[in-house]
Order: sequence, then structure tokens, then C-alpha cells
Amino acid sequence: MTSVTVADVSARGSTHRAKRTITAGKRKQHLAAYLFVVPFFVVFLAMLIVPLAYSGYLSLFATRIVGGVSFVGFDNYMKAFRDPAFFAGLSRVALVLGVQVPIMLGLALFFALALDSGRVRGSKALRLLIFVPHAVPGVVATLMWGYLYGQDFGPIAQFFRTIGLPAPNLLAEGTVLGSIMNIVTWEFVGYNMIIMYSALRAIPTEMYEAAEIDGAGQWRVAWSIKIPAIRPAILLTVIFSVIGSFQLFNEPSLLHNIAPNAINDAFTPNYYAFNLAFISLNINYASAIAFLLGITIMILSYVVQLSTQKREVRR
Amino acid sequence: MMRKAPRTATALGSGILVAALLLSSCSSGGGGGGATASPAGTPSAATLPQAEIDKAMTTPTTLTFWTWVPNITDEVAMFQKQYPAITVNVENVGNGPAQNTKIRTALQAGSGAPDVVQMRYQDMSSFTVTKSLLDLAPYGANDLKGDYVDWVWNQVSSKGQVFGIPQDSGPMGNLYRDDILTSAGISQPPATWDDYATAAATVKSKTGSYISNLAPNDASQMLGLLWQAGVKPFAYDGEQTVGVALNGDVAKKVVAYWQKLIQADLISVDPDYTDQWYQGLAAGKYAGWITAAWGPVFLQGTAASTSGKWRAAELPQWVAGEHKSGNWGGSADAVLKSTKNPIAAYELAKWINNDKSSATEFTTKQLFFPTLKSVLSDPAFVDLKSDFYGGQAVNKVFAQVSDTVDVKFEWLPYMDFAASSYKETLGKAISDKGDLTAGLDAWQKALVDYGTQQGFTVK
Repeated sequence: MTSVTVADVSARGSTHRAKRTITAGKRKQHLAAYLFVVPFFVVFLAMLIVPLAYSGYLSLFATRIVGGVSFVGFDNYMKAFRDPAFFAGLSRVALVLGVQVPIMLGLALFFALALDSGRVRGSKALRLLIFVPHAVPGVVATLMWGYLYGQDFGPIAQFFRTIGLPAPNLLAEGTVLGSIMNIVTWEFVGYNMIIMYSALRAIPTEMYEAAEIDGAGQWRVAWSIKIPAIRPAILLTVIFSVIGSFQLFNEPSLLHNIAPNAINDAFTPNYYAFNLAFISLNINYASAIAFLLGITIMILSYVVQLSTQKREVRR
Repeated sequence: MMRKAPRTATALGSGILVAALLLSSCSSGGGGGGATASPAGTPSAATLPQAEIDKAMTTPTTLTFWTWVPNITDEVAMFQKQYPAITVNVENVGNGPAQNTKIRTALQAGSGAPDVVQMRYQDMSSFTVTKSLLDLAPYGANDLKGDYVDWVWNQVSSKGQVFGIPQDSGPMGNLYRDDILTSAGISQPPATWDDYATAAATVKSKTGSYISNLAPNDASQMLGLLWQAGVKPFAYDGEQTVGVALNGDVAKKVVAYWQKLIQADLISVDPDYTDQWYQGLAAGKYAGWITAAWGPVFLQGTAASTSGKWRAAELPQWVAGEHKSGNWGGSADAVLKSTKNPIAAYELAKWINNDKSSATEFTTKQLFFPTLKSVLSDPAFVDLKSDFYGGQAVNKVFAQVSDTVDVKFEWLPYMDFAASSYKETLGKAISDKGDLTAGLDAWQKALVDYGTQQGFTVK
């Protein structure tokens, strides 16, 4: 979303300038510019627009093992609207969005502010440590957590037994979503922190000096200067997180091997689409689900952006 | 999670989903993809003249062979020594379900499909329904019928057509921890399922171990148990009619039996092939494993620390004095219809599995459980004693079990879905320690609904 608006603005600016003076040299330059973006557009078209259109086309058909392909119009979409499995998956990712995302972003902001305050010893090492989980491949991370969660042998279970409590089953149907949220938080706190931290470093230090002269403490500086100043960065992480939660796939897909009965085929919408396509061999319905998911994400991202923009206008 | 990818990711996701199909639609519109009739060398007569076979086997040919058997290049090298003109490229694209997906994609794309594929018995009808497998009968496959155990041959053939050459099998038996059972005062492996339930209670109360584990994620184990009880849950006529009869009286009796053990906490319900389960096998959480003939070798690698403590026996029986078993696993080598070299492809599938030297190598190197009668009766195989099983001749136990497997057992042409749906129906009931009979009904319904939706006539 943000990238689109930025591009729009710059495009508008350049056409203005172009209208003023178009010389032969300029025209040549423009031609060169177009040539430079051609490779991007070719790939964009071939790898994104065409498959997307084809996927939309597929979603209007039904393929059966016996009887082959038939045109069904919007039947697949109507079916999705009545599909409890699809909605159960959507509500799961909505829960992730409502619970996990605030925790993750809160932690990320806290760490970023702490590191930026310059009062933390060994901040460079700490920064790296917080970021390292993001560098661990998702497969490895999930396998590792699978071990940590293990009910008979995992350290968490062992800890509970040592203090004389029954070990919780962290991979049961009711708990596995929480376990996934934990993995995701662990993986992405560092990533979001880096975005916020780099935004914080870009704030001119004169602001802090001015605040200090006015007698503001660190908390006050953080609340009244730093957080408002990095609002665009925070917005960016929020939008990434909205998209990320709705596209939850790796963690359930990998944990499915460890907890096959706790994670069903429709655990998240993305995972559902994958299973529909490759296990139920229902590519058409999978395409419809993928489209509905994409539309949901677009609407949500837009709502998030719109709501924050309004607030900025009010200021 | 693809947090780095902005909104284009959705588009990409669905893009990838259809990328393969994009290719497929272009080609299958024209030529019919993998379903084209086999070209040069298609036999018109009932049997193929030897001269034609010789010609094909001396013409330089390259075959592609998809299999997940480890080190199968050993057997393939033996084949190539026999037929120097044939070059075989062995590719491992993943096991069972993963390979199925790739075969389907390659067939739809109309290129990139292998000539010969390893295929689990249960998956074969999923590919005969799409007419993707070559009928090997015209190439002389029916002549091999007598070489194989009856029930195994039924797994690859139907109505005189043959769709694969059997490689290995998994007649089911009971592996148990002799030391744990002895310390519970049980000297003999339970002969009947009633004995098994009694033994389960004794073992649990005296040693704290579960007598075994019923995997809630593994439809094949449950189907093997139903197979033993004489249930014929699936039927497929090779055309458009399937039968699903999972919740009959006998099947209900079987799940009610396990229900009782689960409810009394005498049997654990951990998913198999997970860390938890491996640990359970090695640490004595389970005093046994209801498994198949490939289990003994697998266990040696998984629970090496318990060497010498295990024994093998036939499955407990429903009726005292009977000897019946089911099958769990095993696979054949099949030839895809899209191959350009059907004769050479058939000869490869046949030779590595039917030639005594190669088939024996499978039992000694890959430690497969054989399907050839000649290997099953070979003293070198049958009398092999294993230290892991306290010097017991485990192969002998399973060779005898192999003769007791019910000969007729069919599969649905959509077993991938059936296995996945199991986890959400009967498997889920097992995992939740809930109502197994209701779970069985739910599985039945899911399979009937799916079959109907896919255009089959479901009986």
C-alpha cells in the first residue's frame, strides 16, 4: 500500500516536469527509462498478472475425477461463503491478529526504544540476539519448538514435572494455536524491531536536546517524540503483520507433522487452499479460497491504513 | 510466515498454485497429456514376440525411474549390467504422497514424467482411474502371477490387467517387549484380542507401560487392522463406481474394541513417526508395536538401545485358533502410460523385482520384506536370526503371516484424501479419546461425499 502511494506521487511529479520542457534529449532519456523498467514489467506480467488471471479463471470451473472440467460460474465462491472450515480458519488467523500481533509489536517497540535510549549495555550484541531468530529458517525453528513443546521429553514439560505440576500438552487442539503464536512472535520480534529501530535512528537528535532542556525524561521523550516520529514505520509493521497473520502457513504446515490431529487441513486459509489443491485435488476451489483470502487481506490493509491516516489529518 | 512479503504475496501464492496448471492447460488441450496411447512397440497381439523384446533391450534407451527406495542404484546397476544398452536415471522426488503430487503435475504438463515409478499399492487405483498406468499384461506380466503371493498379486492386478510389479509388502504382526511383558508376568504373546486387552491391563498396572500405541494420524494402521478382521471397506470397479463400507458391524466391533482400551487408558494415542513416538518406542513407554513386516528393521534403527528385548509374533486373533492378518504398506513398480519405451520400462520394473538376485538384494541391502514366493521360502532369508530380537528368526514369523493375509482388499481411487480425512474423523476421535464409532461414521460420510462430488457412483 505505502509503496503504491509513494510511486503515485513521484509519477505525478515527473509528468508535471515533462509537460514543461520536452526536448529531444529528454525524450531519449524517457525512452531509456522505459527500457529499464521493461524487464520488471515482463516478469511482473508473466509471474504475477497472468497467473493471477489464470487462477481467477480456474476458480470459475469445477474439475472432477470422473466427468472432467465444467464451468460453474461463482459456485466455488458461494461454496466458500457456506464453508465452516474456511471460516474457522479465518477466525483463527483473526485471533492471531488480535492477540499475537499487539504483543509482538509491543515487544518490538519496547526493544527498539530500549536500544535507542543508549542506556543498555552491550546494545549491539543484544540487537543481534533479538534479531537472530528471524535468521533461523522457519523449518528449523518449527522443528526446534516442536522439541521444546514435546510432552514427554520437552524441557517445558520437564520443568512442570520438577515443580510437581502436570505437564501441559502444548500441541493439543486447544493449545496449538497459542504455541504457534509464540513461535511467530519469537521469529518476528527482531524483524519488526529492526524496522522501528532504524526509523528511530533517523530522528534528528536536536529534538532530544530541546526536550531535555525543557526537562523531559526518557519516558516522556519516548512517548511524545520518538513514537509519533516513527509512526510511519510502526504503520508499516502493522500492515506487514496483518498480511503475515492472514497468510499463516509455514508454522501450521510444519507442526502438522508433529501434531497431526491438532492441526486440521483447514487450520489456516492458506493451508486450506494448499491442501485442497494437492490432497483433495480441488484446484478450482483452492483458487477461489485464495482469491477470497487475498481480497480479505486487501480490505483489511486498506482499513488499517485509512484509519491511521484519518488520525494524522486530525492532528 | 511471509511477513517480509507485502500484499503481492497473496497473488504470488495463488500464482504458484496455478503455475503448473498453466503449463498443463496448454498441452493437455492439444495432445491429451499423459493419456496418449503408447507409441512404438505397442503390442497388438496378446503376447509380445521375443524378437521385439530383444530389439528393444539392445537399442540404446534412456529411462527415468522415480523411487524413494534408498540405494536402489545397486539393483539398477545389476539391471544395467544385464542390459548395457539401457541407461536408467534414478530420481527421488519424495515418498508416497509427495511423489503422487509430482506425477500428477508432470502428467498434466505433458512432459517431465518418468517412465517407471514406485507406487504404494493403495495409490495404484488413484492412477488407474485417470488411465495413467500402462497395463503390463500385453507385455507378459500375467506370466509372473504364480511367482507372487496371492494377496500381493491382487494388489497390482484387476480383471486380467496388471498395473505394477510387486516390490515389497507389509503383512502385519505384533512386535513386543519381551522384558516388559515378562516383568508383568506374561510369558506368551497374547493369542487373541481378548487376551491382548487383559494383558494390556496387567502390563499397565504392573509396569506403567502401555501395551502399544494406536496412531491417530495413520489411516494405514487402522485399515490394516480392519483388513485383518475381514472388513472390505473399499471397492472400485476400475471405471466410475466405488464402494465405501467403513461402518459395517465388523468394523464397528473393531473400533469399539479399541475404544475400550483407549477409555481405560491402556493404550496410548500418540501420532506415529513423531519425536514423541520415537522416544516412546525407545524408552519403553510402549511395550509393543502393532506393525508390519517392515517394522522389525525400522525398529532396530529407531530403538537401538533396546536391542535384544524385542520379539515378534503374529497379530492377536479375533477368534481363538484362527490365523489371520492384514497388510500395511509395501509398494510396486509401475510403468506410466506416457512412456516412449514401454518394453524397456516394463523389463526394468520386472527385472529388478522378479530376478532372484535383485529381489534377494532388496531383502539383504534394503531389508525389504519380499513378495516373491521363491525368496519367502529361501532358508537364507527365513532362518536369518536377529540379535535385536534375542536371536529369533523374525523373517520366519512374518513369512508365515504373509500366507494368512486376506487375499482380497481393494482401495479407493482417492486414498490421498481418505488418509487425510481420517485424521479429522476417526483419527480425531482416537486422539480426543472420544466416540470412535461416531468417528467411523464421519469418515464413511466424508469418503462418500467426496466420491459423489468427484463424480463417482458411490455404493
